[in-house]
Amino acid sequence: MSDTPKSAPATPLNPRRRGIIIGASIGLGAALARKLAREGYTVALLARNEEKLIALCNEINTDGQRALAFVHDVSEYEKVPGLLRKIVAELGGLDLVVFVAGVNYPPGGMDKYNFENDRKMVEVNLIGAMAWLNPVAEMFQSAKAGQIVGIASVAGDRGRVGNPGYNTSKAGLATYLEALRNRLTRHGVNVLTVKPGFIKTEMLKAAQGATPFAIEPEKAADDIVKAMKKRKQLIYTASIWRWIMLAIQHTPSFIFRRLSF
Amino acid sequence: MSLPLNTFTQLENFGHSLKASCYRIQVGKTEDIQEAFQLAKQLDLTVTVRGTGISYNDVSLNGGGIVLDMTGMNQILEWDPASGLVRCESGVTLEQLWKRVEPDGWWPPVVSGTMKTTLGGCLSSNIHGKNNFRAGTIGEHVVEFTAMLPTGALITCTPKKNADLFYAMISGLGMLGVFTSVTMKMKRIHSGLISVDARPVLNLGRHLGDLLENAPNYDYIVGWLDTFAGGKSLGRGQIHAAHNLKEGEDPNAQETMKLSYQHLPDRLFGVMPKSLLHYFMNPFVNNLGWRAVNIAKYVSALRTHTFRQSHAEFHFLLDYVPDWERSFGRGGLIQYQSFLPKETAEDAWREMIELSIRRGLPSYLGVTKRHRPDKFLLSHAVDGFSLAMDFKVTDRNRAKLRAMLQEFDRIALSAGGRFYFAKNSETTAESARAFLGDEAIARFKKLKKRCDPNGLLESDLYRRIFR
Repeated sequence: MSDTPKSAPATPLNPRRRGIIIGASIGLGAALARKLAREGYTVALLARNEEKLIALCNEINTDGQRALAFVHDVSEYEKVPGLLRKIVAELGGLDLVVFVAGVNYPPGGMDKYNFENDRKMVEVNLIGAMAWLNPVAEMFQSAKAGQIVGIASVAGDRGRVGNPGYNTSKAGLATYLEALRNRLTRHGVNVLTVKPGFIKTEMLKAAQGATPFAIEPEKAADDIVKAMKKRKQLIYTASIWRWIMLAIQHTPSFIFRRLSF
Repeated sequence: MSLPLNTFTQLENFGHSLKASCYRIQVGKTEDIQEAFQLAKQLDLTVTVRGTGISYNDVSLNGGGIVLDMTGMNQILEWDPASGLVRCESGVTLEQLWKRVEPDGWWPPVVSGTMKTTLGGCLSSNIHGKNNFRAGTIGEHVVEFTAMLPTGALITCTPKKNADLFYAMISGLGMLGVFTSVTMKMKRIHSGLISVDARPVLNLGRHLGDLLENAPNYDYIVGWLDTFAGGKSLGRGQIHAAHNLKEGEDPNAQETMKLSYQHLPDRLFGVMPKSLLHYFMNPFVNNLGWRAVNIAKYVSALRTHTFRQSHAEFHFLLDYVPDWERSFGRGGLIQYQSFLPKETAEDAWREMIELSIRRGLPSYLGVTKRHRPDKFLLSHAVDGFSLAMDFKVTDRNRAKLRAMLQEFDRIALSAGGRFYFAKNSETTAESARAFLGDEAIARFKKLKKRCDPNGLLESDLYRRIFR
């Protein structure tokens, strides 16, 4: 899929780290791709939209920065093992995998239900992550090195009236990432769970109601890379969401179930 | 056939300055190599051969690809103490080899500064020792080898049979085929001891002059160079020149040839385990501390004297302190070794050493040797000398060090120099082309096409230099 030549091998005096970003063509994924390339990573970028993906790669592939494009739909699970092997070979190794891919289809009302949409959200946001991160976890555990970053959401911290399917997919992802962390930390592998609030991306347009503390994707990407360097386990971005969610998580059910958000 | 994900392994170079994650496949027999090639072809992956992994660079790394771990093919197949001929699997280490042949009065004809290298690795890089000016490279002592080509063919090469492959696979960096067995002729010794003359040399001119003039009188010669000394003392150091004892020179030959006599002590002053030593060295491995160590070493080297020591002690200095490379800290170390003609070496190295001192990037160890050319395809040797310099790598000095080594390359190449593919990690494709010449590279690539038509054998070094 990628016409670009293989990345130049790293040398001790020109070290390169290699990362895969799944869901990279727009929004937070694209911001992370730019940021990590600037940080010296050779990045493999995966997304469904070939046009946007190629445009992003072309933008990054200047002055010594390297990005490779792979068109992929994360719900095509059976393609993952072969594609992963191919990408790792083209990158010349693997140090980091960031799972950003996510879809959000709000049902459009407190009394609306849509199984097809709920299923898609779980298939992309949760099962897609498992399809990618299971083999990655096995490889990193064996190599005793590596870093996994998963983009969960504040939406996974509580089941709310607005979007049960999305809440569930992100809660499942956060729990899955926690389980990976508990498996992998003892093998020297860091797993970072990111819980963004509102980020000014395409997805935000789908959100209903107020979107307080919305931040630019670049700001979120900066926060994430900073947390990666510190090998943190969990961050909220913007950081104020940690305190907001603390309050929301501790709101008693007899109050919470009467709220309309 | 499949490639289990739990073969994914982070491998390193000897200096811990370079990491690459690869799928490591353990090889126990020749058929395993054939299967690995089939698997690689089926999965569209490349294959690199790795022994004990103690090259200083990326020659045995293959990031994202398959690495064949040959250390399981480690049987000494035949040893004939009458003729000195030994046939080994390619994963046999020099340590296994000398420990087998020494008690019978033989010693490997060429050894590296560490005994941990495998014969396959030694042949792939065509290693040399402190006797290069006399005995040549290890390839010159190989009587026959067998190798598995990526096509699945098992071939036998001698200097006469398949001679083109013989002279290309030895020095071929594992890129033409995988050595499976090696037959070599050992060298007779008449004592477990070797007689060493140690003397100081005051500057670079005298240093190289000593190597040049005295090499013909000895079996081995090696210099230590104080890389912190500049000005008039630039190039000062110590020469160790040694010769094997003749029959009758050692009255206790029976005793000294015993394996127990060759043992490298594992404790310092009989008390402290040497395996801990690198922790204590660490605080000194910086510009200031190591400068003091070099001064102290030079002062102690001022005494001219002759002594006898065991072969193992003389040859395997790099094994004296286990894990010494760990003392260089988190960024690890690299080695830069240049091979220069005897006519141009002094000026070129003066320029390099002055540059390194001026830039505040001194080398922490300098070692000189005397060399002669050889007729292997990817040869590093010249009629002249080599200077190996170790550099500590840190997050802060990488860019500066890289720029300086690029200047070193320019200096060495304009002096007619060559580089060694088991050592230098930063050599570019252009630099390699400049000293190997277009013709040698074209011949190598032609043989590669013949032996490996699908391009299965590839290492990070191959991609760095030949693509």
